[in-house]
Amino acid sequence: METFLQQMLNGLVSGSIYALVALGYTMVYGILGLINFAHGELLMIGALVALQTISLLSSAVPGLHPAVLLLAGVATAVPVCMAVGYLIERIGYRRLRNAPRLAPLITAIGVSFLLQTLAMIIWGREFHVFPQLIDTAPMQPMAGVVVSPLQIFTIVVAFTLMGALMLLVNKTRLGRAMRATAENHRVAGLMGINANGVIAATFIIGSGLAALAGVLFASNYAIAHYAMGFTPGLKAFTAAVLGGIGNLPGAMVGGLVLGLVESFGAGYIEHLSFGFLNSSYQDIFAFMILGAVLIFRPSGLLGERVADRA
Amino acid sequence: MRTENPVILEVRNLKVAYGGIQAVKGINLELRKGELVSLIGANGAGKTTTLNTLAGVVPHNGGEILYAGQNVGKLPSHLRLRQGLALVPEGRGIFTRLTVQENLMTGAYTRRDADGVAADMEKVFTLLPRVKERLHQTAGTLSGGEQQMVAIGRALLSRPQVLLLDEPSMGLAPLVVEKIFEVIHSITREGMAVLLVEQNANLALEVSERAYVMESGRVTLEGTGHDLLNDPKVRSAYLGEDVGAELAVA
Repeated sequence: METFLQQMLNGLVSGSIYALVALGYTMVYGILGLINFAHGELLMIGALVALQTISLLSSAVPGLHPAVLLLAGVATAVPVCMAVGYLIERIGYRRLRNAPRLAPLITAIGVSFLLQTLAMIIWGREFHVFPQLIDTAPMQPMAGVVVSPLQIFTIVVAFTLMGALMLLVNKTRLGRAMRATAENHRVAGLMGINANGVIAATFIIGSGLAALAGVLFASNYAIAHYAMGFTPGLKAFTAAVLGGIGNLPGAMVGGLVLGLVESFGAGYIEHLSFGFLNSSYQDIFAFMILGAVLIFRPSGLLGERVADRA
Repeated sequence: MRTENPVILEVRNLKVAYGGIQAVKGINLELRKGELVSLIGANGAGKTTTLNTLAGVVPHNGGEILYAGQNVGKLPSHLRLRQGLALVPEGRGIFTRLTVQENLMTGAYTRRDADGVAADMEKVFTLLPRVKERLHQTAGTLSGGEQQMVAIGRALLSRPQVLLLDEPSMGLAPLVVEKIFEVIHSITREGMAVLLVEQNANLALEVSERAYVMESGRVTLEGTGHDLLNDPKVRSAYLGEDVGAELAVA
């Protein structure tokens, strides 16, 4: 029982990070029908920009409170990622809006390589230690479960952001314009909505979420690296497909479910495989899910069919 | 007759190439404030293409579109709407996943005067009571006639000077069509100009002050609704009457 609750907590932590990244995939897919494979790289850029700010600031002004450092890291990572996300759309995808679907998809993969390589040039090939600015020491165990302030922080931030996004999309003028544009660009234009502006806003919002996810991810795993975006990016994509790509609640549910499955899988894999596999094989669960969803339920848990669109 | 009213929309020698063919081959149109003008013709004559070009959905390759004296031919559709040129597209173009209320709000997207929008919303409800009954329903669940009413109401909420209507009667029951034409008629009384594309030429000519007849990308006839309704060529070509047989009987 204790293991069960512990794995559930761990699953919620990684799942809420996947959910934040999955939202970016699903928002872009919803509005453009494009799978933006470069999206995972924004998580990496967010983590590395935050790290850069934090190390510059802590060496320039020693003795700053960790919360100030973290806030400064976020305050630079988010706008930088938003700008990068905007530029990706403006330079890479906009002129391919009416091209066959394969063209932007391949461009997305190209952009992904480009961003990774740029990050490697700027920050090098080595793993950087991401400072533990929020306490990772376990608090007093509750019901035998070990919880750290960082884990609570991660879950609270992620859920707050998800709630804020749902409010934005469902209750504001911009959100209405986004949903209208997602359904029909041409008619949205006839309503006076600048579809290009709305699409740009979608990329900017998704990139901001990815930046925050990057900071949370790097904080939890205590590393940052130019290729760190690849695996969580792919997993978040899996989460978006699992929930039903194009569907915002689906991305959140998909992210959380994926985090939980992975965590339980890692916890019990030794038993399940009679000691043959250990918890370092936890990544196989995400991709088993991706395979299973695409075969048995291509529309995901809550969404539309993806098979004939990508 | 409103021939003394100022011209709000003027189209000079408009040419549109669409999908590799010249769909509109140089037409002239004129619309005055408060006028109801219809554009009739067979399928593929270029009527819908003309409306889409006027609204900025399709680019043109010749001629001028003058709205309130200004050439708007280069503006994208969202900026033409801001100027006061609205299109209710063929097939209605309702946002099926949004509620009726949200659909109406997208019509008022460019407006910042919340009080004015609320007042106009009430006007739309008076004009189209069915829309009010369905306010919180997802628009995709509405009947075709109700969707057409939402589409018109939504366009009215942008407070257009010129309303372009593409086939509002398409696929609707005769009673519903009648209701929609009443609405169209009443909005012109407030000074709005309406350019109507219609398959149902009989109905269109009956309600219109003037009309243009299009044939394979050209305007071949124009006149008052009344004159065209009695024109033997129009009657045989578009009103489904065999004028020859009628004459023989007489």
